[in-house]
Amino acid sequence: MRLLDWFRGRRSSGKEVAEQRLRLVLAHDRANISPGMLEILKDELIKVISRHLDVDPEKVEVKLTRDQHETRLVADIPLRPITRSRG
Amino acid sequence: MRGKIITISSGKGGVGKTTVTANLGLGLALLGQRVICMDADIGLRNLDVMLGLENRIVYDIINVVEGRCTLPQALVRDKRLRTLRLLPAAQTRDKSAITEADMDRIAHQAAEIADYVIIDSPAGIEHGFRYAVKPADLVLIVTNPEVAAVRDADRVIGLLEADGHVPARLIINRLKPALVRRNEMLDANSVVDLLAIGLIGIVPEDVGILAAGNRGRPVVLDEKSVAGQVFRNIARRLQGEDVPFLPLKAPSFLKRLFGAY
Repeated sequence: MRLLDWFRGRRSSGKEVAEQRLRLVLAHDRANISPGMLEILKDELIKVISRHLDVDPEKVEVKLTRDQHETRLVADIPLRPITRSRG
Repeated sequence: MRGKIITISSGKGGVGKTTVTANLGLGLALLGQRVICMDADIGLRNLDVMLGLENRIVYDIINVVEGRCTLPQALVRDKRLRTLRLLPAAQTRDKSAITEADMDRIAHQAAEIADYVIIDSPAGIEHGFRYAVKPADLVLIVTNPEVAAVRDADRVIGLLEADGHVPARLIINRLKPALVRRNEMLDANSVVDLLAIGLIGIVPEDVGILAAGNRGRPVVLDEKSVAGQVFRNIARRLQGEDVPFLPLKAPSFLKRLFGAY
């Protein structure tokens, strides 16, 4: 299979790499926030939310996404398994 | 009715702004339009050599700004296509010698005596870029299908959007169809998708462009050149014609073997 790909010239998709990198770079450029700033923002978010909820800091993901004219800050913040304590 | 002012810009240097300016200027002149090409890259004069007009320059744009000559006196007429004229940049001055107001005034004055004024913007996003886009009715953004060039084009688009509502269109220059076919280069669709801006032309990499630069005879004048055909098509699109995009074929194996690909 690999060999076949090699013959077809599919060994490395420089195009996809370029596209992915551009998507990220443009999202950061447009929002005027560097990847480092985003890390700081993520740490602060974890701190604030941890005051109220049991957050799993290892699994928190904060990123910028961009399609056409819209840039979005997307935060995925999983909580630690909840032991139900009603009442 | 005054002519249309079009600025060719890019952010990044070396993507082919001057080549595009020279070819579109001649392309529009081939359609019988009266064209004035303005070299706004003060201190780094290039458009004159691209057009092969370097030996006939007497005055330059700064002489016009400072009132040493009139605008028509400074214009150099192309001998091949007499409806094309060049307003050269000054080579021994720098960009601080001209203000946005100067540029605006001269471009509009030029538009009184031409159907199209095409301004070759300097690279960068500083003063030179700002004065070059100030008078524009339309900005053509030139980019290459590469990460750095697309990123800079996006920055320019952002600045234009923040600055008002001058329409902008994209020219993708130096696309290599063979690499696109092998998924090794960004294709036109991805670039347009990333930049979210209307496309007006895709210029394939063409060794003829280098030779044209050497001779001062832009490819648009070469009827057999594919890149020349692309520029003639863009000129027609600027005239409002609906011209389909050329299918971009990779050069054949034999051509790659014997040519410069």
